[in-house]
Amino acid sequence: MEQNPSLDSQVRQKVVQLTKFYQQDKTQLLAMLREIQSEFRMIPGPAIDYLAEELDIPRIQVEGTASFYHFFSSKNRGRYTVYMNTSATSEMAGAAAVMLAFEKAAGIKFGQTSENQQIGLFTTSCIGMCDQEPAALINDFVFTHLTPARVEEIVKVIKENGSLQSLIKSGEGKNSSALVSAEVKNNIRFKGPVFFTDYAPGEALKVAMESGSLEVIEAIRKSGLRGRGGAGFPTGQKWGSCRATDAESRYVICNVDEGEPGTFKDRVLLTERPELIFEGMIIAGYAIEAKQGIVYLRSEYSYLKKYLEQVLEGLRSQNLLGRRILKSRFSFDIQIKLGAGAYICGEESALIESAEGKRGQPRNRPPFPVVSGYLHQPTIVNNPETFGCAAKIILKGSDWFKKMGTSASSGVKLLSISGDCEKPGIYEVQWGHTVREILGFCGATEVLAVQVGGPSGNFLSEKEFDRKICYSDLSTGGAFTIFSKKRDLFSIIHNHMEFFTKETCGFCVPCRAGNTLLLKQLEKVMIGNGTALDLKKIEELGLLVKKASRCGLGQSSPNPLLTSLKNFPEIYQRVVRQDVDYMSQFNMEFATSDSAKVANRKPNLEIGD
Amino acid sequence: MSKTKLIVATTSLAGCFGCHMSLLDIDERILELVEVVEFNRSPIDDFKEFTKECDLGLVEGGCCNAENVRVLREFREHCKILVAVGQCAITGGLPAMRNGISMKELLEEAYFNGVTVGNKMIPNDEEIPAILDRVYPCHEIVKIDAFLPGCAPRADLIWEVLNRIIEGKSLDNLTYKNFKYD
Repeated sequence: MEQNPSLDSQVRQKVVQLTKFYQQDKTQLLAMLREIQSEFRMIPGPAIDYLAEELDIPRIQVEGTASFYHFFSSKNRGRYTVYMNTSATSEMAGAAAVMLAFEKAAGIKFGQTSENQQIGLFTTSCIGMCDQEPAALINDFVFTHLTPARVEEIVKVIKENGSLQSLIKSGEGKNSSALVSAEVKNNIRFKGPVFFTDYAPGEALKVAMESGSLEVIEAIRKSGLRGRGGAGFPTGQKWGSCRATDAESRYVICNVDEGEPGTFKDRVLLTERPELIFEGMIIAGYAIEAKQGIVYLRSEYSYLKKYLEQVLEGLRSQNLLGRRILKSRFSFDIQIKLGAGAYICGEESALIESAEGKRGQPRNRPPFPVVSGYLHQPTIVNNPETFGCAAKIILKGSDWFKKMGTSASSGVKLLSISGDCEKPGIYEVQWGHTVREILGFCGATEVLAVQVGGPSGNFLSEKEFDRKICYSDLSTGGAFTIFSKKRDLFSIIHNHMEFFTKETCGFCVPCRAGNTLLLKQLEKVMIGNGTALDLKKIEELGLLVKKASRCGLGQSSPNPLLTSLKNFPEIYQRVVRQDVDYMSQFNMEFATSDSAKVANRKPNLEIGD
Repeated sequence: MSKTKLIVATTSLAGCFGCHMSLLDIDERILELVEVVEFNRSPIDDFKEFTKECDLGLVEGGCCNAENVRVLREFREHCKILVAVGQCAITGGLPAMRNGISMKELLEEAYFNGVTVGNKMIPNDEEIPAILDRVYPCHEIVKIDAFLPGCAPRADLIWEVLNRIIEGKSLDNLTYKNFKYD
C-alpha cells in the first residue's frame, strides 16, 4: 500500500526517538504506543514495522499489543477524542441525552471521526467516576456531571481548536492541585481509622526496617489482612511465598487497574493518600527483598500520573525511596506504567503481561506470580488498599487491625457506593455491616436491587439485605451499586453482559463465545421471544462459562444473569412466553434478503409444504 | 427382535456427511440395527420424502440456505424426537466460518475472484435455494431435543443414543468416554 511519504518519515522519526528514549526496552512498548497514538491520533501501520525493527521483536507481537487495547486504534480518532462512559451508572445519570448532544454538536455518530479529523466520538467502559456521572474522557481529561448544555460548550471549544483545560472546573481536594487539575470529586463520606486519618510518610517504614523483613511478613500474617481487590487471598501468605522463592530479583506490583464498573476507591486513595500506598509498597519490597516496584495505573487515571511522579520524587528526596533507603543497605524504587484500556488487565497475570508490553491475556496458573511473575521472577501483585492497610498494620500493630471487622475478615473496607442514593462516594467501614445498614449510611430508599462487587459480583434483592459484607458472606472489591424501584433491571443486566462481551480477552472459547451467546439469549428474552426453555439455556450456559473459563473474567461474567435469575425470577417470568415451549427468531425474508440482492433475484419465500 | 421397530429419519443439511459416515462406523452392529430400526426419509435408504411419522430424526449440519430450513422444519413436524448430530448442527460448525463476512464479498469470491472460476456470474436461478445471511445452528430454527457433540460424533456415541431411545431411556448422563475428544 502507498503511504504518505511525509507521514511515513514522521512516524519513523518518532519511533526512533521513542525507542532511544526508552533504551530499546520491550517492556515499555505500551508507553511507546501510547505516545504514538497521542501524536498521530492512531497507530499508523508503519509504526508497527518500525517498532518491531527497533525493538527487535516480531512484528506480530507489536501488532498484537497495538490491536488489543481499546485506546489504540488503526484508524484516526480525531485531534480531540471523546470517550463517553456507557456503564450502567452513567446511563442511569442520563448518558443517552449527553451522547445525543455530542452527536448533534459534532455532526457525527458515535464510533466515527469527523471528516476533518478534528473530533472523534467513541464509547468506553467504566472510567471510575460512578459517583459523578455522566462522565467522559477527552484526550485524557476527565469531564464529570456532563449535561447536553455543557456538551455544546465543549464541542464549540473543540471545533475552535481550543484548550480543554480551560473547560475544566475546579476539583475537590488534591484534584485541584496544579499537577492534577481535574474536575473530579473525592466524595469521601466516612473517614475511618486506616486511610483518612493523620498520616506522616516514613513512620511505618521506620518501624518495619527496625523489626526485620521476616517480622514484617509475620505481622501482616497475624493481622489477618486479605487482598482488597476482591479475591481476598491472605496477604501475609502471598508475601511469604514470594520471599521463599529463590530468584535473582523480585517485584512488587500495585494493581491500579480499577476496572470493575462501580468501583472508584483506588482513584480516591491515589489522589489523597498516595504516600501511604507507596509506603506500603516499599514495606512489601523490604519484606520480600525486592528492588523494584511497579504501579500499574489504568489509562483512565492517567491524569494522575504527573502528580504521582512528583509524590515519588518527594519520597526519594526524603530518602524513603530509591537508593539506600533510610541510610540502610535496602534500595527500592517505583515506576509507574500506564495501561491502555482493558478491563482484563485487572487480572493479575494479565496485568503482568501488559506491564511487560504485551497483550493483556491471562497466563496459565500455576505457576502463580509469587513464583513466576513479572519477567518470570517472583512477584506480588496487590491492590492499593491492601498496601495501605499493610503500612498501617506495621505502624499500629496486628492486634489493632484485627480488632476491627469480624473474626474472619479483619480491618476495614473501602466501599465505592454509587447509583440511586443521596450520598454516593467512598465509605471506610469495618467489615461485617449488613447491606441494609450500608443503604442507611448512604441514604438509599425505595431500593429494588443492590449489586455488591460490580457486574462480576451479586445482584441482591431485598430479601438478602441482611447479608453481611465480609469474606465469608458477600466478599467484594468494594463496589456497591444501588438500583431503585424505578429502574429497569433488564437494561442494567444487558449493560453488564455487553460489558463482558467487549472486555473478554478472547483467548478461551467459553468466555469469548459464551458471553456473546448469553447476551443474545438475554436479548431474545427481553424482546418477548423467550420461553422457559431459554431461561433454562441461560442458566446451563452461564454455569458452563463459569466452570470452563480460564480466568476470573469468564468465571464470574455470567453472574449478572445467574444472580438476577435467582433473586429476581419475577422479572423474567413477566416477559417469557407461557403459551409456547419454543420460539424461533428466524425470519426467512430477512435471512435471504442480502443474498437475493447480491444475486439480483427474488428469494423464494414459499417454503415448507 | 422387537415387535415394533423404531422409525428413524436422517438428513445432512449444511454438513459434510461425516456424521452419516460415523453412523456407518458402527460396523457389524448395523446388522443388529436393522433388526430394531426402520429407516424412513434418509440418504441411507434414499427415501426423499417422509412417508410416515417418525420416532426419531437425526440432523447433521446447520442451515445455510432456505432449503435447509424447509427440510429441518419438516423434520421437526414429522419426528417425535429431534437430535442435532455433530458440531455443524449444534453450532453451525465449519460452514459458519463465513458468518461475519458480507454476502457480496462471499459470492464475489466464489463466483468472480476464485482462481478456477470461468464463467463469471452469480447464479440466480429460482431453483437454487436462497442463501441465508449466516449459517444458523439447528436449535435457532426449531426446537431440538438432544445434542450429540463431536466432529463427527463417535459411532459408539450414536450407537449408545440409538439404543437408549429404543429402550425408552433418558439421554442424560451418556457414557463419558463416548464423547470425550482429545
